[in-house]
Amino acid sequence: MEQTTCFHCGDDCNAAIILYDEKNFCCNGCKTVYEIFSENDLTCYYDLQASPGAIPKEIQGKYDFLSQDNIIEKLTEFNDGNTQIATLYIPHIHCSSCIWILENLNKLNPNISSSQVNFGKKNIRVTYNPEKTSLKDVVLLLSTIGYEPYISLDDFKTGQQNVNRSLIYKLGIAGFAFGNVMFLSFPEYFQVGEFWLEQYKHLFRWLMFVFSLPVVFYSGADYFISAYKGLRSKLLNIDVPIALGIAVLFLRSTAEIIFDLGSGFFDSLTGLVFFLLLGKFFQQKTYSFLSFERDYKSYFPIAVTIISSEGIETPIQVYDIKKGDRLLIRNEELIPVDGILINGKARIDYSFVTGESETVSKISGDKLFAGGKQTSGVIEMEAIKSVEQSYLTQLWSNDVFSKNKDDGFTTLTNKISKKFTIAVLSIAVIATTFWLFVDASKAMNVFTAVLIIACPCAIALSAPFTFGNLLRIFGKLKFYVKNASVIEQLASINTIIFDKTGTITSNKKSTATYDGLALNPSEEILLKNTLRGSNHPLSRTLYDILDEHNIISLNHFEEHLGKGIEATHNDNHIKIGSASFVGAGETSILNTQVHISTNNEYKGKYTFYNSYRKGLSKLFNKLKKQYDLVILSGDNEGEFENLKKLLPSKTKLIFNQKPDDKLDYIKYHQTEGAKILMIGDGLNDAGALAQSNVGIALSENVNVFSPACDAILDASKFNQLDKFISASKSAIKIIKWSFVLSFVYNIIGLYFAVTGQLAPVIAAILMPLSSISIVIFTTIATNLLGRKLE
Amino acid sequence: MSVIYILLSISIIVAVVFFIAFLTAVRKGQFDDSYTPSVRMLFDDELVKEQPKPTIKIKKTN
Repeated sequence: MEQTTCFHCGDDCNAAIILYDEKNFCCNGCKTVYEIFSENDLTCYYDLQASPGAIPKEIQGKYDFLSQDNIIEKLTEFNDGNTQIATLYIPHIHCSSCIWILENLNKLNPNISSSQVNFGKKNIRVTYNPEKTSLKDVVLLLSTIGYEPYISLDDFKTGQQNVNRSLIYKLGIAGFAFGNVMFLSFPEYFQVGEFWLEQYKHLFRWLMFVFSLPVVFYSGADYFISAYKGLRSKLLNIDVPIALGIAVLFLRSTAEIIFDLGSGFFDSLTGLVFFLLLGKFFQQKTYSFLSFERDYKSYFPIAVTIISSEGIETPIQVYDIKKGDRLLIRNEELIPVDGILINGKARIDYSFVTGESETVSKISGDKLFAGGKQTSGVIEMEAIKSVEQSYLTQLWSNDVFSKNKDDGFTTLTNKISKKFTIAVLSIAVIATTFWLFVDASKAMNVFTAVLIIACPCAIALSAPFTFGNLLRIFGKLKFYVKNASVIEQLASINTIIFDKTGTITSNKKSTATYDGLALNPSEEILLKNTLRGSNHPLSRTLYDILDEHNIISLNHFEEHLGKGIEATHNDNHIKIGSASFVGAGETSILNTQVHISTNNEYKGKYTFYNSYRKGLSKLFNKLKKQYDLVILSGDNEGEFENLKKLLPSKTKLIFNQKPDDKLDYIKYHQTEGAKILMIGDGLNDAGALAQSNVGIALSENVNVFSPACDAILDASKFNQLDKFISASKSAIKIIKWSFVLSFVYNIIGLYFAVTGQLAPVIAAILMPLSSISIVIFTTIATNLLGRKLE
Repeated sequence: MSVIYILLSISIIVAVVFFIAFLTAVRKGQFDDSYTPSVRMLFDDELVKEQPKPTIKIKKTN
């Protein structure tokens, strides 16, 4: 059978196909979005990209809190009587159609004056007239067309966020000055002793001096600050020789033009700073749509509905929840505080907290933990703690989250720079003493020349360009690394710790076994066709596992939320769902089961098992040669035997670990000298990810969820992990080779400097030459490395 | 040869004008998002195409 795909969202039309305007739709939601667009002449949406849409979700009542003034004030960046500007994060933004439709919002609501998309950050900046429409209307409009914004507690801060653009300014100024100084310094290189040049060279020189002032004191300021900080903590970091080089270049050049000794090194000076900043710019993180610093705030809602004693429902800010408050949690809403279930049937999805995708049923009187998501109907609960005191949020009071990981780590560049600085200073001193005895007039010249030529521009550029390029290559392969030093740390690890659920197992349960009375062919057809109509995750999984059958139209179909589904075809009646719904005795097995009965006769059950990610044991076998492997699981030991068979015998398997236990385990082994790579997925791993040397969050969908970490790995690339680690190691080799290359340039330069023949023109050639050749070398080498990865 | 003063000042003024243009561009946030404008630029055509709606319909029936 050929699958028909939905014109709007591109999903397979499994259930009844809705035909409208000669196009197929998978559900009424998609059809409605199409109707809205076609009524407003916005069908270009579908021309730019095929099936770009998303199914709009049920949102009734979800955004009631947006009508509260104090919440609006926190979410808008600009607000006066008739203009409001709000920036909303929309995870679904993914193609040019999205940009087009979102920037034409004013066609759908004329009170929106403008909307501007930032594709990289996946957000939209909407300007609207609050007298005629409201933030809530805007959000509802976006939701109805399938672009539901993601509003979390993290957005709860007043005013505009300051974007730090200082690096762009610094780079621009250095580039501007570099270009102009080059032009002004050229005449003296080519024409020596020419009459008119003699007349005007002083003017040229002083102009160069003026151009170099902002470069030294603004663009290069960071190097002086960093060098000063390094020296104060008795560290010879790479910025010390750089700062020394910049300072000497500037002072000697100024002295030269004041006493009319020469034209100075202003072109080398500005070029040096420009190249250094270019390296910094290149290394800057490139994934603006990912956040590596997320804590629970990014997942929590801003507001929930509170029920007063008189039964009135009002939205309330999450921070204002007090012990004893009665809260209303709707379908698909997150539980913000620990509490007790009072009313309603709860099916809680704790995947945010534990990584476990299976929902848990709760009945009234049961305790609910913050971070769970209600998945069936409306419930009422009573808060027993405030937000900050809840079980999940308390994890963040641990001081690992306030520590900066980079502090205790010496980068390769800084290790080299220590020896380098000492060597350069001793060469300078020895050469100066030598000249003091031979020709004292040249001594000062030689001293400064050594410091100028030895300025480790090329060394300082090696790491930024290698790592920066590798970050980009990794990003293309769906491995998003926070910054360059993470790659360096990744190359030095010796222990790898995996979380179990959601990390080495996949969230989609894809194996199930049937147990019970055999189903006859007509029952099988009925079963498959009934599942076809349901959107419950378990139904979808089971539907995919079962054999293909003919499509029949059901006489009756009904879905009971949180219980199961029933359907009738001719005389046959089928019930699929939980044991109590189907009429089987309660079974107490840990694994998930789906029970089936036909015509009120219990038939049997499908039992789902953990399915491990593809290539898991292959990956472990590759890694075991070089690393200690550990599995730290929060689960019970149910899967122990299974894992033992699958993984190399050396692998340590530890079960029943609470979030704090994982953190302590890592801390303990770090004191014994282990360099640990932690791979996890849930918020329960957040502490372990923060404590480890490198914490990688595995994510099925990088846009949606990941705890604070150093890198985010797309789940589909999990079996490539060993390649990423070995690529990081090769990157270190590339850097070492480029160090060798830059030492060669330094030795050539030092020859001129020590012998007292360093003319500005030599410096002006040598410095850009060394920098550019390093950039070319590292870029080509990392690209070759990247090709091997693919 | 004092014309060089005029030439120099003109060249510096031109340079400074571009420099100021750069500063304002950064300040207005033109460097914050380097991807979206490249796509947005292509949209103006799509909007124009939309007005003669019947032509699209004719295309589809053929």
